[in-house]
Amino acid sequence: MTSIEFATRIRRTAIGMVHRANASHIGGALSMADILGVLYNDVLNVKPQESQWDGRDRLLLSKGHACVSLYAALALKGFFPLELLDTYGTDGSVLLSHISHHVPGVEISAGSLGHGLPYAAGLALAAQKKHSPHDIYVILGDGEMDEGSNWEALLFAAHHKLNNLCVIIDYNKIQSLGDTNDVMRLEPLADKLRAFGQHVIDIDGHDHDQLHAAFADFKLHATDQPTVVIANTVKGKGVSFMENRLEWHYKSPNDEQFAQAMEELPL
Amino acid sequence: MRTAFINQLIEEAAHNERIFLIVGDLGFHVVEPFRDRFPDRFLNAGIAEQNMTGVAAGLAREGYNVYIYSIANFPMLRCIEQIRNDVCYYGGNVKIVAVGAGYAYGSLGVSHHATEDVAVMRALPQMTVASPSDPSEARAIATLSARFEGPMYIRLGKAGEKQVFPDDATAIELGQPHCLKESASPNLLLTTGSVLSEAVSQIDALGIDTAVYTLPFVKPLSAEALARLATRHPNMVVLEEHQKSGGIGSAVIERLNDALTEGTLAHWPRIRRLAIDDYYLSTAGKETYMRREAGLTLRTEYFEPTHKE
Repeated sequence: MTSIEFATRIRRTAIGMVHRANASHIGGALSMADILGVLYNDVLNVKPQESQWDGRDRLLLSKGHACVSLYAALALKGFFPLELLDTYGTDGSVLLSHISHHVPGVEISAGSLGHGLPYAAGLALAAQKKHSPHDIYVILGDGEMDEGSNWEALLFAAHHKLNNLCVIIDYNKIQSLGDTNDVMRLEPLADKLRAFGQHVIDIDGHDHDQLHAAFADFKLHATDQPTVVIANTVKGKGVSFMENRLEWHYKSPNDEQFAQAMEELPL
Repeated sequence: MRTAFINQLIEEAAHNERIFLIVGDLGFHVVEPFRDRFPDRFLNAGIAEQNMTGVAAGLAREGYNVYIYSIANFPMLRCIEQIRNDVCYYGGNVKIVAVGAGYAYGSLGVSHHATEDVAVMRALPQMTVASPSDPSEARAIATLSARFEGPMYIRLGKAGEKQVFPDDATAIELGQPHCLKESASPNLLLTTGSVLSEAVSQIDALGIDTAVYTLPFVKPLSAEALARLATRHPNMVVLEEHQKSGGIGSAVIERLNDALTEGTLAHWPRIRRLAIDDYYLSTAGKETYMRREAGLTLRTEYFEPTHKE
């Protein structure tokens, strides 16, 4: 399977989950589907049958509200049966609507923003101390770059030369109540991150060639800096009526919208 | 107390490679020996407590037993959500060491008064709350915490506290009150933290006949052990350098109520709480002055006269 096909499967599965559960946050789940598609199809060194294998690359999802795409990726990858996805958000299900570490393959629980990067820095520091060759990836939302804890962690990661840490910012430019640069201006984001000592790779987060190249660049560990991949994305990517629409942070597709979305995302 | 704790931690770290110490840019003249001896397991995380706690959680996840060290509220209130979400939810092996419990930093102001910490920390699932009362208990807690799997909040005094317990090799036990002095009288003083030595001086000066127990752990706290004490000593005084709401007295009352409900306590004791009564103290002053201002002073009338046979 190509990473593009894998990403399409993630999108279809994720939309099905929020449709069934009448859940929110599909917009931000779709914006990072290509990132997950490339990572899980071609980049991450993981063992689905042994999710706690010590040598695994660690991927942390800090924007935990976008969990459906990660759950879908993990199930498609074989970490747990696909049927489990049908329970998403229902009474007693392990599949909470914010990412849960009780799910095989999920490293951390998240929901409150600004927690994933400091935790990832701790994992990266431990790997550095122990000379372990695995890498740490953490996906942040752009809105959560408002959180001071992320900037604390960026200072820390650069200071300690955590070049085994790859931060991916899903820069879809829409947060809960508006455009990121209207709510609290992030720009010039790349310059800020460079000034914080990061190795910045600024790409189209839906272009699989660029994603592959960015992660290949990171894996060279050519500098002693942490890497930040600014993945410029589109909220709701792949479904025409969801793209760049803030309301899809909240809405769940009805039957008709679900059918149309599936049509727009052929396998 | 902090020096006793750190020195004991160094002893533990010498034969336990999992121990890692992170300080929040504080600990001058206290933490340097640890840093010099174990440079690879020491970090100054700067003045960034949220990140410090998240990093500690990540290190703990990879097998370290991580101590984060700072003053008063900084490693605890500033990063309470990281402690809850990133440490406690995983049962992570992170020990939060807060120096300057209560009014230890009296003149430095309300920002430095750790007077709500026990209430906050004991509300967190998985969290153990330790509170040594003298340097010997601090050493014992350092040893216990080094072998303890899971989150622990360790509330330390500052520097120069007198040793109160006679035996340096203090045996303390998780959840158990720690006996300093027994008495045949109905009186019991329960306390925790560095206020102990002042309380003992007051008891001696006033000639009060009372049993004295400390609570090296506010959580867990054995309901059975408290019930036994309350049965022997139905006139209890709980002295705490902490707000009245949710603190040590609250914990004692809650656990005794559990004992009463479960039938292990037959009669409800009289419990007088000496605690800070819902205010901030905004004047300058040494710890002893602040304690007096807050009414944390023992009086003869709180205790029943002993009937000599």
